[in-house]
Amino acid sequence: MTSPTPPLVAALLGPAGPEIGCDECFERLDGYVELEIAGADAEASTPGMRAHLDGCPACSEEHQSLHAFVLTSNEEGDNA
Amino acid sequence: MSDLPGIRAAQQAAPAAPSATELVPPSPRQDDDARWLTPLASSGPAHDRAVRELHLLLLRASTFEVRRRSAALGLSASSELDDIANQAADDALLAIVSRLDRFERRSKFTTWAYKFAIHSAGVAVRRHAWRNRDLSPDSSESLEHLTRLSDDPGEAAETRELLARIATAITRLTAHQRDVLLALAVDGVPIDVLADRLSSNRNALYKTLHDARARLRGLLDDEETTG
Repeated sequence: MTSPTPPLVAALLGPAGPEIGCDECFERLDGYVELEIAGADAEASTPGMRAHLDGCPACSEEHQSLHAFVLTSNEEGDNA
Repeated sequence: MSDLPGIRAAQQAAPAAPSATELVPPSPRQDDDARWLTPLASSGPAHDRAVRELHLLLLRASTFEVRRRSAALGLSASSELDDIANQAADDALLAIVSRLDRFERRSKFTTWAYKFAIHSAGVAVRRHAWRNRDLSPDSSESLEHLTRLSDDPGEAAETRELLARIATAITRLTAHQRDVLLALAVDGVPIDVLADRLSSNRNALYKTLHDARARLRGLLDDEETTG
């Protein structure tokens, strides 16, 4: 069993696989989040998105916030 | 708003709405056209009403993000943060209205719109939190800090050894790659704040970060192969 990568090492070395950039991440983020919420394979729609979210704290924060906000809005019936 | 060719083309290409007798519920895309895209691309009372409704939704999203980010950064509630949420909603509205022809229907219109408010609010809160903080003019202090961590007995031996190898490999990056990598990964400077200070943008800085990381991994792999 390997120990988890320390956060500092992960931040320095980043994700190893292919990843998209911040601009493409922003372009694709809304569709990606809706697929995640629907339980679909979001990564298949945008290969490299998961790696980018692992490597970019700012885009990751936006992803988590949009996911949480859309879920809340759906529950309140406001995401019409 | 009336001269957005993409919107006009989408409207012209859209199939006729089903009649009431067909008892088919409207699809989300038809809802988006009727509720948002058509009025926002038009003018007059329907446009003004859609703008007001959208701004309210954007303000909810920007307030949500300002609260999340400020809590994570340890910022207390303040009128400044309220202003940031309002300004982020305004900025998002402008961005959305100017990009209606770029809405590609990968999601509901509202989900697409929310991401602009969340982005604007998140960037603004990070800038606010770092507004009075100086950034080190060069990365030598950050590299020294990293080297000290590699001697820290509080770290696992395996981690200390890896950090020492990384610190050595970092000296072989270009000066720009080194400065960007250390500022973002070691000093924790938000990428948008660093982009402002370097007159750059998030996408360009991330490309530099990506290239620096790839070069680092390559150097470490070479070391293992030849070591």
